[in-house]
Amino acid sequence: MEITITINGTEVSRDVEPRTLLIHFIRDTPGLTGTHWGCDTSNCGACVVLMDGTPIKSCTTLAAMAVGHEIATVESLEVDGRLDPIQQGFHELHALHCGFCTPGMLMTTRALLDENPDPSDHEIRTAISGAICRCTGYKNIVAAVRWAADHEAATKQEAR
Amino acid sequence: MQTPAPFGYERATSVDGAIASLVAHDGDARIIAGGHSLLPMMKLRLANPEHLIDINDLDELSYITETADQIRIGALTRHVELQHSELLARYYPVVGDAEAVIADPVVRNRGTIGGSLCQADAAEDLSAVCSACHAQVVIRGADGERVVGMDEFHLGPYMTVVGDGEMLTEIRLPLRAGGSGMGSAHEKTERRAGDWAIAAASVAVWIDGGTVADIGIALSAVGPTTVHVSRAEELLRGATPSEELFEQARAIASEDCAPTADGRGPVDYKRHLAGVMTQRALRRATARALTQEA
Repeated sequence: MEITITINGTEVSRDVEPRTLLIHFIRDTPGLTGTHWGCDTSNCGACVVLMDGTPIKSCTTLAAMAVGHEIATVESLEVDGRLDPIQQGFHELHALHCGFCTPGMLMTTRALLDENPDPSDHEIRTAISGAICRCTGYKNIVAAVRWAADHEAATKQEAR
Repeated sequence: MQTPAPFGYERATSVDGAIASLVAHDGDARIIAGGHSLLPMMKLRLANPEHLIDINDLDELSYITETADQIRIGALTRHVELQHSELLARYYPVVGDAEAVIADPVVRNRGTIGGSLCQADAAEDLSAVCSACHAQVVIRGADGERVVGMDEFHLGPYMTVVGDGEMLTEIRLPLRAGGSGMGSAHEKTERRAGDWAIAAASVAVWIDGGTVADIGIALSAVGPTTVHVSRAEELLRGATPSEELFEQARAIASEDCAPTADGRGPVDYKRHLAGVMTQRALRRATARALTQEA
């Protein structure tokens, strides 16, 4: 079946089998390999992308189910060489080691901050409870999200 | 790489259209909504539908509304919406209790109540919640609707009374007239965030003039399907709630469940846990009911 999905603002079309998973469509067709394909069972959270702004697990979503929706991947965060505050936070506070979980962590926590700009540590930990990191422990990830929240709040303050 | 076997796909544009397609495929089609149970089952070849009917566009099945004597929930209502519903928090806090511990927040963005019930996994939380609340479900087919109580809904593990040409469209939770206080709670023990329960208990209780007018107690993950603890319900019905009775209900729940040993624990541990979860859920549900009655 011929499908068209909007990924990071660009329409991408391809003839696919109905069983094609969204994760593979994203990685294979526009070649956006930032989204990582992890456990394949919706447990690890490496494949999280945003669908109409809501984080979803792309390994457990059919590509055909994304037709008519806006998909945003980790590649959409950096704009013109400027990192998103959430990426900057992960960089500043060393919230990654091997980096495999990072795309999913970034998209999940980006969505958290969009909805709740000032989350508590508990709220951050709840938000990433569906994302597994086997390297850093979660302490630095929580601190990085906190850094991004504080940084965004300060930027908004300056803009006033 | 895990990929489902080939299948056909269509997007339903109406409930009637979805049912017509189910009928046309004569048992070879399945409804897909969130897909977080069905797609993993298909990847493992535990489910092999030849055709999927995607109902994610059917906004008519996504709602939580209040009538004079019921709360009605559309089958496509997502876990995240159930978790944050003010209406459910007011009347059935058991739903919010359960939703906070079903899978993880990202999965809850997609998974639906209809999908959870139709998956009919004995370890699934909402089946116990709906059983405890004496919920009814609406099943629609080509010839119209039928309403089935949760007691009759499950036929066995992963099997429900929903026929090949039918789909679950609505879940109805009763609202009682009069002054009875209503309380409910869900208690779950899991090995780690987002996991299936080792054991979980749901309780809904209606208290009138200090005594239990009605009660529902149901367990997850400790039997081939949701376990209805009817002996404990009978014990409490008409009685004044007390710690002594909760202790007896705990013992009954431990006895009347039928867990199997697996990676989540041995049978004696699961029986113990089922009792403890029941006792805790009884305490919280009753406290909530008494607060409301006062």
